[in-house]
Amino acid sequence: MSERLDVRKTYKLVINGAFVRSESGRSYEVRNAAGEFWANVAQGSRKDVRDAVKAARAAQAGWWTATAYNRGQVLFRLAEMAEARREELSQHVAAAEGVGGADAHASVARGIDRIVWYAGWTDKVAQVLGGANPVAGPFFNFSLPVPSGVVGVLAPQDSSFEGFVDTVLAPLAVGNAVVVATSETRPTPGLLLGEMSATSDFPAGVLNVISGLTRELAPTLASHEDVDGLDLEGAGDDHDELAAAAAASIKRVRRAGAGDYAASSTSRLRSFVETSTVWHTIGR
Amino acid sequence: MTENHLATSHLGAFDYDPAPESASIARLRDAYGLFIDGDFTDAASHASFASVNPATGADLANVAQANSPDVDRAVAAARHAYDTVWSKTTGAQRAKYLFRIARLIQERSRELAVVETLDNGKPIRESRDIDVPLAAAHFFYYAGWADKLEHAGYGANPRPVGVAGQIIPWNFPLLMAAWKLAPALAAGNTCVLKPAETTPLSALILAEILQQAELPAGVVNILTGDGATGAALVEHPGVDKIAFTGSTEVGRLIQRRVAGSAKRLTLELGGKGANIVFDDAPIDEMIEGIIDGIFFNQGHVCCAGSRLLVQETIADEVLRRLVRRVEQLRVGDPLDKNTDVGAINSAAQLAKITELVAAGEAEGATRYSSSCELPSAGYWFAPTVFANVSSSHRIAREEIFGPVLSVLTFRTPDEAVAKANDTNYGLACGVWSEKGSRTLWVAERLRAGVIWANTYNRFDPTSPFGGVRESGFGREGGRHGLEAYLDV
Repeated sequence: MSERLDVRKTYKLVINGAFVRSESGRSYEVRNAAGEFWANVAQGSRKDVRDAVKAARAAQAGWWTATAYNRGQVLFRLAEMAEARREELSQHVAAAEGVGGADAHASVARGIDRIVWYAGWTDKVAQVLGGANPVAGPFFNFSLPVPSGVVGVLAPQDSSFEGFVDTVLAPLAVGNAVVVATSETRPTPGLLLGEMSATSDFPAGVLNVISGLTRELAPTLASHEDVDGLDLEGAGDDHDELAAAAAASIKRVRRAGAGDYAASSTSRLRSFVETSTVWHTIGR
Repeated sequence: MTENHLATSHLGAFDYDPAPESASIARLRDAYGLFIDGDFTDAASHASFASVNPATGADLANVAQANSPDVDRAVAAARHAYDTVWSKTTGAQRAKYLFRIARLIQERSRELAVVETLDNGKPIRESRDIDVPLAAAHFFYYAGWADKLEHAGYGANPRPVGVAGQIIPWNFPLLMAAWKLAPALAAGNTCVLKPAETTPLSALILAEILQQAELPAGVVNILTGDGATGAALVEHPGVDKIAFTGSTEVGRLIQRRVAGSAKRLTLELGGKGANIVFDDAPIDEMIEGIIDGIFFNQGHVCCAGSRLLVQETIADEVLRRLVRRVEQLRVGDPLDKNTDVGAINSAAQLAKITELVAAGEAEGATRYSSSCELPSAGYWFAPTVFANVSSSHRIAREEIFGPVLSVLTFRTPDEAVAKANDTNYGLACGVWSEKGSRTLWVAERLRAGVIWANTYNRFDPTSPFGGVRESGFGREGGRHGLEAYLDV
């Protein structure tokens, strides 16, 4: 009796709501922490990044003008989807990070809880970061937090799920569209989350996930004129160079941090938020 | 009135066929116990009473009558749950329970809408599209706060108050339960909730939902009963906080009862909301807004726009169009999806409305009531508009809590503000004008907790709601709604 052959999966990019191979036709081998073959993964190109930015730009206004309640429902749906695929995510985290099953499960659980945390933020950011300003005159003056727009994220290289969730969900929660370059060597948990986003009512283009070589993808994100913000968490050695490239279009830049992806601080939420202030006259 | 009759016969050609929702969706049981410590149990006295469908007068189900011993049990269960479980449950865990409850309300929304309409008499369109979705949204919103309390502006580590006693009215039974429970649980309190005597059923479905969500026993206890049950809860020494929504008369009694104790108190009471219409307002939207402001939920709304203040220059036209619009309202079977105005909630409320309307006529105001045919069984009142009302009339001063609008006029913005504030209440007002600067000028001067501009009766979990003056104190909804349940 012949043994059943398993069906092996090709991991594709998520661009504009579609699962695509890289336009370059390239893929690369991802190995687990022990150095064994784990998966073939699409190797995104500069052109893929540009396509993703275009899709993100087109999607961002709709994502922001949807109600905050609706955005929260979509993010919570993502948590529900991830919860249903915890086992699979844990296997990928264990393979990618070389941690034991229990640690991988715990890490995935924290990551999912983090999605829930951000789901709760969508309709509270304005109440925490915004407010009325008592100007000295007959004016009603108030400030609202609004999204920066399109945010490029270099996901952490080490924390394949928790770190990916934290860096991606924060800009999404406040109404940005995101183009994320996954960890170069540990891309599959992020790609899986990208897959789940397709069944969580995310409008196409709001979350674009690209795997590949960070040194190829990052400079395009950093220098792209239509990217408004850049999270350099996974930038590695090129960090400062990328930060300098972002200056050309005055991007908001978040520098790599200490790797705390469960902080109770709103720091990451505030990274890609602008303050919009409205003055309105008061008078009979 | 000739024109009205013409309008009616013309519309008759376009009459709707009945489109009733099925009452069987409610799946009501014959009898419900008290929900104490996670289980449904009999009242100690075994006493019970029937909850009645106000649209037919028929009994819907029997519910237990809680008395003092039951209040003791419920408060003890809440205290025990607070000490042993809930105060040790992390914010993130509390959030997950609340998200579960929100999801379950969404999943059982059709059933809840039908139960609410059967028990309350409100149109299914409202219970389906407003009460139930808003209740779910409230749990969603406060779920998100449970693990973010340090960001709410009340300090680094805000603590809960303890055991909350919560007494809610009959006009939005499920929604008021959500307004009370969601922030209390998010902040880490345990609860004893008393639904209104005439509308206990949706709270009991909610108790089933709490069981489905596996909320730890005793965290929420639900006691059906009458005013005496509420009084026992208010006076119970084991309760740290009382939250009451209802009449100003009862609110005053409660405030007196808790005076001298360390109990915290929030009150959301009556209102006599002024809906102020300037002559530059967009008239079609404004007429719909006035109609919605007073006839939404049969006018059983504490923030109803029950006093219309119209600028004199457009008063005749506004009145003419209002009377015509009132004639078009569809009054009848609350389960019919086309119904605009349903049943009055109880015989007592109908008697109160009838008495105040008679006083309006006796005091010389001009009455226009819809000529709609009212069902013979149950409690009904035809939508009514009073013109030529003066500020001293009872129908301009007292809360009618029914489908009755009093129309007054004004000439200048100053006069509008003065008339709007000429009340002991201060819950909500509306301002209709295309001129934003004037709307804000008026809003600054209105003594009311909520002011709607070019809209009315809007509710959202993120938006604080509550009154000033004799409409009560404390806010429900939004970041502000957490304060009542935090020891800050």
